[in-house]
Parts: sequence; structure tokens; C-alpha cells
Amino acid sequence: MTEYDKIKQDKEEWEKSISLKKERKQSFKNLSEIEINRLYTPNDIKDFNYALDLGFPGQYPFTRGAYPNMYRGQLWTMRQFAGFGSAMQTNKRYKFLINHGNTGLSVAFSLHTIYGIEATDPRALGEIGKEGVAIDSLKDMQTLFDGIDLSKISTSMTINGPASILLALYIVTAEKQGHTPEELRGTIQNDILKEYIAQKSWIFPPEPSMRLIIDTIEYCTKHVPQWYTISISGYHIREAGSTAVQELAFTLADGFAYVEAALERGLDIDDFAPRLSFFFNSHNNFFEEVCKYRAARRIWAKHMKNKYGAKNPESMRLRFHTQTAGVSLAAQEPENNIARVTLQGLASVLGGTQSLHTNSFDEALCLPTENAVKIALRTQQIIAHESGVTDTVDPLAGSYYVEWLTNKMEEESENYFQRIEALGGVVPAIKANFFQKEIANASYKYQREIENRERTIVAVNQFDQKEPCSVPLLKIDEEIANEQINKLNKLKEERDNDKVKEKLERLKEAARGTENLMPFIVDAVREYTSIGEIINTLTEVFGTYHEDSIF
Amino acid sequence: MDYSNFISQLLNGNPRAAARLITFVENDIEAAEEIVNSIYEHTGNAYILGITGAPGTGKSTFISTLIKIYVEQGKKIGIICVDPTSPLTGGALLGDRIRMKQYFSLDNVFIRSMANRGQLGGLARATEDVIKILDAYGCDIIIIETVGVGQSEVDIFKSAQTVVVLLVPGLGDDIQAIKSGIMEITDIFVVNKMDLMGADKKVAEIMQMLEFRKNYKYDSKDISKKYAKIELWTPEITKVNSKIGENFDELLGLIDKHKGFLEESGVISNYMKNRITNETMQILKHKLTQKIEDLLNSDEEIGRYIDQAIKKSLDPYSIANLIIKILGLE
Amino acid sequence: MSVDRKIKVLVCKPGLDGHDRGAKVLARALRDAGMEVIYTGIHQTPDDVVNTVIQEDPDAVMLSMLSGSHNALCPLIMDKLKEHGIDDVLVAVGGIIPDEDKAFLGEHGLKGFHGPGTELKTIVEFVKNNLKR
Repeated sequence: MTEYDKIKQDKEEWEKSISLKKERKQSFKNLSEIEINRLYTPNDIKDFNYALDLGFPGQYPFTRGAYPNMYRGQLWTMRQFAGFGSAMQTNKRYKFLINHGNTGLSVAFSLHTIYGIEATDPRALGEIGKEGVAIDSLKDMQTLFDGIDLSKISTSMTINGPASILLALYIVTAEKQGHTPEELRGTIQNDILKEYIAQKSWIFPPEPSMRLIIDTIEYCTKHVPQWYTISISGYHIREAGSTAVQELAFTLADGFAYVEAALERGLDIDDFAPRLSFFFNSHNNFFEEVCKYRAARRIWAKHMKNKYGAKNPESMRLRFHTQTAGVSLAAQEPENNIARVTLQGLASVLGGTQSLHTNSFDEALCLPTENAVKIALRTQQIIAHESGVTDTVDPLAGSYYVEWLTNKMEEESENYFQRIEALGGVVPAIKANFFQKEIANASYKYQREIENRERTIVAVNQFDQKEPCSVPLLKIDEEIANEQINKLNKLKEERDNDKVKEKLERLKEAARGTENLMPFIVDAVREYTSIGEIINTLTEVFGTYHEDSIF
Repeated sequence: MDYSNFISQLLNGNPRAAARLITFVENDIEAAEEIVNSIYEHTGNAYILGITGAPGTGKSTFISTLIKIYVEQGKKIGIICVDPTSPLTGGALLGDRIRMKQYFSLDNVFIRSMANRGQLGGLARATEDVIKILDAYGCDIIIIETVGVGQSEVDIFKSAQTVVVLLVPGLGDDIQAIKSGIMEITDIFVVNKMDLMGADKKVAEIMQMLEFRKNYKYDSKDISKKYAKIELWTPEITKVNSKIGENFDELLGLIDKHKGFLEESGVISNYMKNRITNETMQILKHKLTQKIEDLLNSDEEIGRYIDQAIKKSLDPYSIANLIIKILGLE
Repeated sequence: MSVDRKIKVLVCKPGLDGHDRGAKVLARALRDAGMEVIYTGIHQTPDDVVNTVIQEDPDAVMLSMLSGSHNALCPLIMDKLKEHGIDDVLVAVGGIIPDEDKAFLGEHGLKGFHGPGTELKTIVEFVKNNLKR
């Protein structure tokens, strides 16, 4: 009898001894609908091969971590996403965060900035400065980073449609501070595919959008070498209601699509791939999240090496930022969200995240207040300094359950890759609404399960207290919009409008051809051309995009 | 209820009145009767275009482009988007409007979504009445859009003068779907997304299918009777790219050609006859079903027949004959 | 029965916010409750909303708003509806609506204010019980 047979036999014996009636549910499933067994043993990972499946941290296939000594060397970057109101208000919040130990900035932009609409546009009505900081031009960008040395801090900018323009603004802002592009560190999200899939803030059709992205990749590879050119994001896919497996599979599929597009441009994989990064969600099911990150690293490494022929291990090393799940926050008894965020944050740390944003407990109600933001940051600091989980690398490895689930998630992702491939790739699958339908079905099912009490959300569908909410709320002054409009109008009187016109003409001409557009955009923003003006110019050439279907 | 106020507003081109009247005819056949009575003399001016195609063929983008062109020509357009009602819940999701909203003002484009409310044939009971309301409202062209093709969708197009079926390169099962249902009533086949690979292949496939149909057509008396127009009209095939409006000149030319054919050949009178017959049939079916249901539920005599049938002394055919007698329809 | 009355509901998202998970889930729930649901999705301007209401003649309009633009956009929608003489349609707004804004929006005739975590059946019941015709 082999050891496996013996375990199997013993397990059967042991199962006879349990009264199954005593279990709370007939079946236990995680959020990806994967059935979870009562107990995991070596038999569940029979083919487990340490060298092939795990290896050592910082080495192929990177399952155990992106870097060799992980948090023993350097803690993750505590990067709280922030931005609201005017550039001046957000500048103050950044300085507050830096003073409390924030080690990187993360910019949330106003919705009108995200769509490249000028503050003066009627479509911007009611949106200016509400969900993020209002930026229309170089002038606002200089205010935003006033007194913050851009050569010393890394900045992540959550921007997609106009990502190339915001990058240009950042480069020129640094230039005015006396820094060269080579010194700059940070990330632009620049992930348009997930916009079509989930977040919906696209501007142009997929094809010209992809061109702009590859333009930024090419430009940064040459001129801004420390910049992460895309943050390939599963976060929004999850927020739109996907399962963890869908988040994992769709995000990596997007990543492969960018790689393929860059290769098509003629770039060398080992030149650009090291500057790709990822952005994941951390939701409620603890082990599922941990395994998701581990599987992500392994899948990416394998594909980069075997499918795309990367030679440099840097190209295979998946690095990621995590944000705890906004969608998991409850408006009922909002203080409970602190506990949720703690568990979600811990999962991402045990999964080996490179940076983390922990949500503030009041975000189901409003934009976070300063006190709530502080608690969220403190949560990270407690995980980092008090819990002891940072003392060793990948502490959950070798758990039968964790390794089994990591394998299972990889397997299910590969199934999705095949289905996407069969549809002709990511862009055709978007146009066929494949992702959108998968996500819509998953989110409706999840909501139904909560309402049918098949899943418990404390104080929402169980132990319901119905207590009136009493947290203080942050309110955005409606005056901000008027100020922003006045600022933009004033700027247009002061700048050299002939130059602006000339730069826009040149940009338009370049857009009609195949040249890299980044240098033209940098030239345009330097003359205080507004983001909206650049977007409008590009729209004349690229056109717009409308979602084809819904369910 | 008095509808005269709404009706005079409708005839003045008030969109809100049109919308209210549509709701009334959708919800209540008696209201429909009254409303149609009052507006019938103001109808007959609109050209009715039926458009269908399997999901993924880009119907909405296609229709958007069509609308844009017609609006530029100064025409007033009505669009009726019919979606299925869920047989389980009786509810429906109507989402076609989402893709048609750009560029159009309230004055010249009227879009209305309808659920078919379980009606066989894919046609909402009230579609005919809605067409009349939009006609009286002043629409020059009324487009009826339905999802999917197949036998059950055919009815909608009994109301349309010209039927356009969309296909796309690549999609394999659309040809099958057409063969099994709507081929015989299609006037123009359009291969949409002509920029994609395989557009010409799709055109060839349709041609091949039509070759088969020729023999089929002359063999089948039944079909030629029902859709007399196809005996004289060979369906046209064209390809377009709706996203950029490519080749719509040709398409519009074909629609005009078909319109001219209907008039010159005299088939139009055949069409009108069929349409009115069909519509009358629908109304009769609905009214008689109503009467019979009322009778079955309330008439004591029939209750006794049913009791007898339970005891096996009377069979359902005999009950049916007795009811026909009661209704005086012998 | 000659009357075949269905509750018709318009679900949409005014403004620029693209977070449509809630709106989509709600649209399905209303459909599953037997209603006819028109979904026009994201990026609806007040004029878009009003034009759709005029043409589709729904019994209720459900606005989903998460980005904080409700105070600017919702009253504008109500004003425009009034301009067209439409006062018999239930207009509800849900999403992230702080308590202190509810009174203001209520004065403009808006109802509902269902926030994150509200059970779908609560909203379905709300629609059924608050129709104006």
C-alpha cells in the first residue's frame, strides 16, 4: 500500500466517524463557486512538485513571491488612493498622508478628467471634484504636486482614456520642478481593455486606444525607464461583480493582449514586460484571495516564458498593487467595515502584494473623511508591524488546501483563456460581450445568494441591527466646480493660444499617421493645452465608442 | 376613458400623447379598438421596414446609421424594438434603445421598446396598433426591429413592406436560422460588418441558399400563396459597414427598388390584403378567445358539459361543438 | 380579461459614473418580478432621461447614482419632466445618497434613496407600492 492509499483509507475511516448532519450547510462554496472539501490531505495535491510548482521566492515561477526576501527586506508600499475637490485641497490631503507614513501617492481623478471632458462642458455638470481631484491642465497638475518632490516619491495615477496626457502632464510638472523623466517613478493605470469589460470609462474605440497604450509603453521604455506603463487591473472587473476566478483570468488575458500588441509593434518583450504591473482586488473569502495572487504569479510567469519567449526573469515577475473590495463595504453599521478591510488587507499581504490601499470604512456612504482614512492606513501598519505575518516569506505555502486551491484557480483560468481564444482574442470577445455577460451573470447570482441567505453578510442580511448611521460625512463644496470653470477660462485668456493651436494641429496630423503620439502630447501640455482640447482633437481622428450590448 | 384629447395632440405631433396612446393599446384591447377607430383614417402614409438578425449581427448600430441618414433627408422616423417576454416571470428586459440614442432629437425620432408579452410569432399583440399610432403621429418611416430569426419571428414581418435581414461574416448559425424560418419573406439580405474577413464568403453562402430556394419556391404552393411577393422578387444581397456608414447608398437604393417593385407589380395590393386579413385574424382570435374563456368560466351549462366529460359521457370535441353552437358560429 | 397591465420601469445612470453593477442587478430583479424594464445604462444626460420617459412612458424611473452628482442632476431631471407636463411617474434615486441630501431631493419630488446593501425585494416592493398611476 502506498502512502497515498493509506491516507485515502484512513480518511474514509475518519469520515465515517463524523455525523454529516452536524454540518451547517450541505455544501461549502467560495465566491468563485468552487466547492470546498471538508478536509485536504496530501492526496489533493498528488502531483505536487516543489521545484516546478513553487520554486523559491523571487525565482521562476514566482508562486512564493515576486522578490526573494519579500517583507523582510522591504514592506509593501502603503498607498492610499486619494483625490477630491480642487488640486489645492488634494495637495493638502497628500501632505497629511505623507506626514502619517504614506510611502507613495495614488491619485484619484474627477470623472470629468477621466473622460477628458473640460470643466466647462455641460456633461461635467455635477461631477467636478466629486469622486476625485479636478485636473484640466498643467496649471492644476502643478498645484496638485506643489511642495512634493517628484523625484523622491512614487505616484500611481488611476487614469485610462487620457492616460498618455496625464503622464505627459506629470513629466512636464517634474520638468518644471527641475527633474528629468529618468528620475520619475510611478504608474499610470492605462488599462483600457478592462474599461470596455467593466469600468466603462472609455473614450475612443478599442483599436486607437490600444495604439495610445503601446505609444506610452514605447515612449517610457526609451525615456521614462522607471515608470510602470500599465497597471493591468482586475480590481474593476471584480467591483463590477465578477468572481475571483473571472477577475484572475480576465485580467491576465488583458495582460497577454497588451503583450501581443506590443510585440506586434516590434518591441522586444524583455524591454517592455518588466514595466508592466498588475492591480487586484481583495474580497471577503480569505483563502480564495491568497490563492488568487499566488496563481496569478505562476500563470503570468509560465505564459511569459513559454508562450511569449521572455528570457529576462524580470519579464516573468508579476508585481501587483491591491485594493480592498469597495463593493464589499456595507452601509449598515459601517464600522464593521474596519474588520472586513483588515481581513482583506491581510489576505493581500499573505498573497505577496507590492502595494496596498485599504478602504476607509465610510466609503459606502461618501468619500472618506480624514479620520476614516487614518484608520485605514493604521490597519495596514498594524498588519505590517504587529501581526508578525511579515516575518517569513509566503507562510501559507505547503498547506494542502492552499496549494490545491492555487492549482484549481490556475486550471479554471486556463479554461477561460481557451474560451477567449476561441472567440478570437480579448478585443473580439469584448465586442461579443463575452466578459460583460459573464460578469453580469455572476453578480446577479451573488446578489441573489445574499438575499436568499445562502451567503451571510453580517449586519446586512444576518444579525441585522437596523441602526441609523451616524458617521460624519465628507461633503464636496459645489463651489469647486465654479472655481474650476473660472480657472480654466482664465487660463485660456493667459496662455499663448496660437501655440496651443499649432501644437493641436501637429498632434492631429500625427494621429492620422502611425507615429508615436507621446512627444506631440508632451509638447501640447507644455503650452497649457487642456486635457479636453487634446481629447477632442484626437476624437476627430479616432471617433468614439458605444457599448454594443448590456446583459 | 376619453382619448380624444390625446388623439388630437397625437395628430399635432405631440410625442407624449403618442407614448400615452401606445401604453393604452398595449395594456387594453378595448382601448386599442377605440383608439384605432379614431385614427385609422389618418394612417397609411408611413413606409414600414422590418429589420431582424441574430444577436451579434449589429442590428442597433445598423439601425442607428439608417436613422441618421433618414433624419438628414428630413424624414421623421419611428422605431419599434420588440423583445421577448420571459415565459417564467412575465417580465422583460428592453435594452435596444441604449445603442440608438446618439444624435437624435425628440422631434424627428421616436423610439419605443415593446415586450412581446408571450405572443407567438414574436409579435406583441399591439404592434399593429403601435404602427398605426406612429403613422398617425406623422412618421414617414417606421422600423420594426426584432431579435433573432426563426420560424417564430415571421409574423412581425407580415406588417412590413420591406424586410431586411442582417448577417455577419463568421457567425455560422445565422444561415441555418434563416433557412429554418425567415428566408421566404426576406426582401433584402445585408451582410453587416463588411470590413471583417469573410464578408464575401457570406454573400456567396446566401446566394447559394437562394439558388436552392428557387426550386423550393415553385414547388411549394403554400408559400407562394402566403407571400406572393417573392414569386416575382428575387431577394437582393448587399454588404455594409454600419460603424462608418459604408455602402448605405446601395442599400437605400435597394430599399427604394423594392418599394418601386411593390407598386409597379401590383404586389402592394396583395400585401395590403394579406396584412389586413392577418390583422383581422389576430383581433378575432383575441376576441373569440376572450369570449370563450369567459364562457368556460361562467356558463353553468358548459360547466355541466365538463362534468359529463369527467364521467366520460361527453368528449372535448363535442363540448367544443356545443360552444360553437352557443356562440352562433355554426 | 382584456386589460394586460404591466409595470414598466426605466433603469438608468445619469452622469459620467460607469459603476453599473447595481443598476444591472436591479434591472434583472425587476424583470424577474414580472416588470418590463427598459435599461438605458450609463452616461445619460438629463435630456436623455427625459426623452426616454416621454417616448417609453414608464410607470417608474430608477436613477442609480454613485458619484455624488445627484444634487446637480436629479432636480434638473425633475424640472424637465415638469416642463413636459409629466407628473404621474414615480422617480426614485438610489446609490450613494448621504442623509443630508435626501430632504433636498425629496423636495424636488424624488423618492427611494436605497443605498448599497439594500435587498432587491425591498426595492421591488417599493416600486409596486409607490406607483402614481
